[in-house]
Amino acid sequence: MFSCEERVNELLPGRCREWSEFRGQRHLTMVREDLLPTMRVLRDSLHMNMLVDVTAVDRLEYEGAKDRFEVVYFLLNVDTSQRLIASVFLNEPELEIDSVYSLWKSADWLEREVFDMFGIRFRGHPNMKRLLLPEQFAAHPLRKDYPVQGRGERHNFPVITRASS
Amino acid sequence: MPMHLTEDEVDEYGRREGLWTLNFGPQHPATHTTLRLLLTVDGEEVVDAEPDIGFLHSGFEKLAEVLDFNQYVTIVDRMNYVSPMANEIAWHHAVEKLLDIELTPRCKYLRTIFAELMRIHDHLLCVGACILDLGGISAFMYANNERERIFEICERVTGQRFHTSYTRVGGLLFDVNDDAIAMLREFVQGFDKTFADMDKLITRNRIFVERTRGVGVLSKEAAISGGATGPVARASGVVRDLRRDEPYLAYADLDFDIVCSREGDCFSRYSVRMLEMLESVKIIQQALEKLPSGPIFADGTGKEFMPEKREVYQSIEGLIHHFESIMPNRQMPCEPGSLYAATESPNGELGFFLVSNGTFRPYRARTRPPSLVHFALFPQLIRGCMLSDVVAVLGSLNIIAAELDR
Repeated sequence: MFSCEERVNELLPGRCREWSEFRGQRHLTMVREDLLPTMRVLRDSLHMNMLVDVTAVDRLEYEGAKDRFEVVYFLLNVDTSQRLIASVFLNEPELEIDSVYSLWKSADWLEREVFDMFGIRFRGHPNMKRLLLPEQFAAHPLRKDYPVQGRGERHNFPVITRASS
Repeated sequence: MPMHLTEDEVDEYGRREGLWTLNFGPQHPATHTTLRLLLTVDGEEVVDAEPDIGFLHSGFEKLAEVLDFNQYVTIVDRMNYVSPMANEIAWHHAVEKLLDIELTPRCKYLRTIFAELMRIHDHLLCVGACILDLGGISAFMYANNERERIFEICERVTGQRFHTSYTRVGGLLFDVNDDAIAMLREFVQGFDKTFADMDKLITRNRIFVERTRGVGVLSKEAAISGGATGPVARASGVVRDLRRDEPYLAYADLDFDIVCSREGDCFSRYSVRMLEMLESVKIIQQALEKLPSGPIFADGTGKEFMPEKREVYQSIEGLIHHFESIMPNRQMPCEPGSLYAATESPNGELGFFLVSNGTFRPYRARTRPPSLVHFALFPQLIRGCMLSDVVAVLGSLNIIAAELDR
């Protein structure tokens, strides 16, 4: 079995990235500028042909965390079942990252959901708008500074009466 | 309707004139739950579709952050409510991987049996509802009849017919008794007849075949790039099943085949689901034969699992044990880290991404819902099809809106 790390380091030398392992899962952390080139290498040279999921973590209350947002990509090689978790750290106010929609079509809705829940924008995404919540919703509810009970949005929905419609 | 416009005239939004916008849902019998489609149609032909989702969004992932690993099982139950126990098994599979717990053989086998029972349950409803939307009612009734028997088994084992909340960290709520085993055996033996009935009603039904064959074709490349998993991917020729490729629970010991098809249309998605039910029956049969005896909770050295209810109510040690396992300041610690674990749910790869900060509740628990990824494929499947094909494609993808929106 080839080593994923060696191949990536060989094809994209001299970049700042970090490899770690937790419970047998490989985890790659890279800087934002490296995202697209690294992902392209992972897809084309390492045959990570499926993007299983994209999500984000708000590390605001996480003990010892240096950066606030972590965007996480889950890659899979369908033929060998090899998996890789790749992540990029972001901080306010620059909550923008390149979209990987050009590499995997499944990124479309998954990235929209991350934008919806965390307010992270994806550059180059064809349709960057909210996925689950209504367009006029002001907050990004999976951020840690958003209360679990909400901020009353639900109670302040406009009521359309029979007379006004 | 403007009848006499040439095709190359475009209106101010860049749309071809003569096109209609048709609103489908959110309350439509064929959506089964609440999802909305904005269809652009040219006469009877669907030119484009824009899904609008989020009607059932209830912040499950936010709720996970305030509930502990055992409590959240009641919420995952309600994600894919057609196969609730499959979600519970997926959730605790991820949690146990995070806590590094090895299950007992009996627990593994029981979970396997129920995971497969849920697969049959889910596929029965999907196949039945698919043909119901296309106008055939009888097969749906046969399917529901069999689902009722699965509910009865669930009720006998867990005390709940539907939202069972059966799994616990490191084990199960109750052990099964001989009655339940007998019911399972009876179900397995009687399933062939239901299968044959449904098969006769659907598989060679000319109306069904003509409305599904060649409709909503998903190519293998599109399936992989679009992230399709489970029966949808296997119907398109992606030979992949987590039960075989990344074995979990007791699947490594059991013998079963992976059902695949090449066409990728609605009919092959239907056939894959039908034949998968037979494989599930095979798995349940083998698991029942091999079912080991012994405890259902893992060895709790240094870890506090939920004790059996009988112990809690009848002994002081049991009560103390229960207290230790549920009080937030006494629960077992968890190594900080993040991990993704997935199981093959009836609908596809159901994964959970857990971030732990050392406590017994997740810092972040992301669900990877198969329905969401499959529904994103819908516009490309429906383009160029007829308006009446919308329900056929929707039914074959088995979109469960509660899982879609979470």
